[in-house]
Amino acid sequence: MASATLRHALWILRGNRLTAVATSGVFVLVAIAILGPSIAPYDPIASSVSEALLPPSLLHLAGTDQLGRDTFSRLLVAARLDLVIAVAAVGISFVLGAIIGAFCGYAGGRLDRSVGRFVDVMMAFPLFVLAMAMVAALGNRVENIVIATAIINLPFYTRFARAEVNVRRNLGWVEAARASGESHSSVVLRFLLPNVLPAMAVQMSLNLGWAILNAAGLSFIGLGVRPPTPEWGIMVAEGARFISTGKWWLVAFPGLALMLAVLCFNLLGDGLRDILDPRMRT
Amino acid sequence: MSSLPALFGVLVFTFLLMRVLPGDPAVFFASGPNAGKEEIEVIRKQMGLDKPIPEQLLRYLYDVGRGNLGKSLMTGQSVTTDLRERLPASLELTLTALFIAMLSAIPLGVIAALRPGSIVDHGVRLLCALGVCVPTFVSGLLLIYVFYYLLGLAPDPTGRIDVFTSLPPSRTGFLTIDFLLAGDLDGWWVAVRQLILPALTMALFVIAPLARITRASMLVSLGSDFVRTARSVGLSWWRVVVTYALRNAILPVITIAGIVFSTMLGANVLVEKVYSWPGVASYALDALLSSDYAPVQGFVLLMASIFVVVNLMVDVLYGIADPRVSI
Repeated sequence: MASATLRHALWILRGNRLTAVATSGVFVLVAIAILGPSIAPYDPIASSVSEALLPPSLLHLAGTDQLGRDTFSRLLVAARLDLVIAVAAVGISFVLGAIIGAFCGYAGGRLDRSVGRFVDVMMAFPLFVLAMAMVAALGNRVENIVIATAIINLPFYTRFARAEVNVRRNLGWVEAARASGESHSSVVLRFLLPNVLPAMAVQMSLNLGWAILNAAGLSFIGLGVRPPTPEWGIMVAEGARFISTGKWWLVAFPGLALMLAVLCFNLLGDGLRDILDPRMRT
Repeated sequence: MSSLPALFGVLVFTFLLMRVLPGDPAVFFASGPNAGKEEIEVIRKQMGLDKPIPEQLLRYLYDVGRGNLGKSLMTGQSVTTDLRERLPASLELTLTALFIAMLSAIPLGVIAALRPGSIVDHGVRLLCALGVCVPTFVSGLLLIYVFYYLLGLAPDPTGRIDVFTSLPPSRTGFLTIDFLLAGDLDGWWVAVRQLILPALTMALFVIAPLARITRASMLVSLGSDFVRTARSVGLSWWRVVVTYALRNAILPVITIAGIVFSTMLGANVLVEKVYSWPGVASYALDALLSSDYAPVQGFVLLMASIFVVVNLMVDVLYGIADPRVSI
């Protein structure tokens, strides 16, 4: 069974080169996140003043920063934190959004309409500003970056789950479940939700890239993660001071890491969506 | 109109924000860190903090209604004054960026849609895929590196004008317009040179969604019956593509432009920080980092109000683009 699923997945990937590349990119990213600290050639927070601000060389693949720390090692170690923030945030909003959305879509009526309206309006609001304000209110800590990112992602999942459940609520098998004596919450949780999960997983992959950018943006402006912790957004912020004197590697490499991570998740999401529902392609 | 409840929601949100924020507002307004307990108690009474929460909320709404957003500890001025001084800088930046983005995204989307599957189309799609992946703060810094450090074309990326230029008499607050009104062309050029990089940074970030939706919507409209008819009766290329196809394809683009504008309001924070742009977002950020909360509250409110205004404008533009829609 498992091997058949795997073979099917490989067969699909062979037809979608770009998705295959993105999938392996995501695997590499996860591997780096797990192994990061053990494969980093240098200590990410050990400074050595004599080696400050060296350009990229064979010894220091991505150069060194103002304290002589190896940028490449810091990039590898940072992968874990960046990924954990994004995955945790998206995970929270996925679970909450799916449940809220599914119940609203199933119940219908006034509550459903007002939740829908609220979500629509919230999606158009400058969400980054909202996240900023929330981190300010909750306190400047990493957990709060996760919470803020989760909250601004919530409307996307709520809306999605609501729409998906809404089209299914009167289908035959749902009626059958109700007729056989299942309670409403059991119909939603045990029948409808599992049915919309695949489509929501696609949404999740598309959303992860956005969450990474958001978290990096927040730490770039000085919220959440504090130096000397290696994190891509902070590394860019620290390198920003040296850009007008031509120390490009301090910004370019963390920027590249962010870009590649986001690109992989986006392409993976696009690919998954094409496989699940080719009509939604633009 | 549907966004008005949202504005109310934001009002309540900012109120709660102020209440749950660490620190007692009364202590802030007391004479100093070693103000006595009685003094703080008196101030608390004066500020109405001893009243029940619903009454405090009403008082807050009343204050906001009169344009009183509190006082900034950082600048010592009222938040309303501070925001009014800085808003033109942010608006000038955002509007220029939106202008650049629309001007490049719509032609790109149209060209891609005219030859689907061609090299141009793939190029545009690649550009869109990459465009949404690069964080604004990274592209901004790299633009500084290339145009300021390597090529020397752009001026020092700090602020709206250089130190040698004196400000024009303030009429609109938009420096490029004020310089023109004052007839100072040298000054105008200085302001434009400072503006171009930050505006470009912000535009790069939003070209992707705009070009993508233009392409998708143009594809639908180019494949429709009325375009085939227009072609078959021998109308000129321009007439067919721009007058008929584009006009009909523009509605989704306007919708996305409205959403994009609100994303840009958020991205303002990052771009203003990168370019030391003296706008409302960098003001709010400075305040946030020095635990001065009234400006943050004012800023969130201001953003929400702009957001409501933009939504109304999108509705009006809808009516102009499509006469069947009435507001």
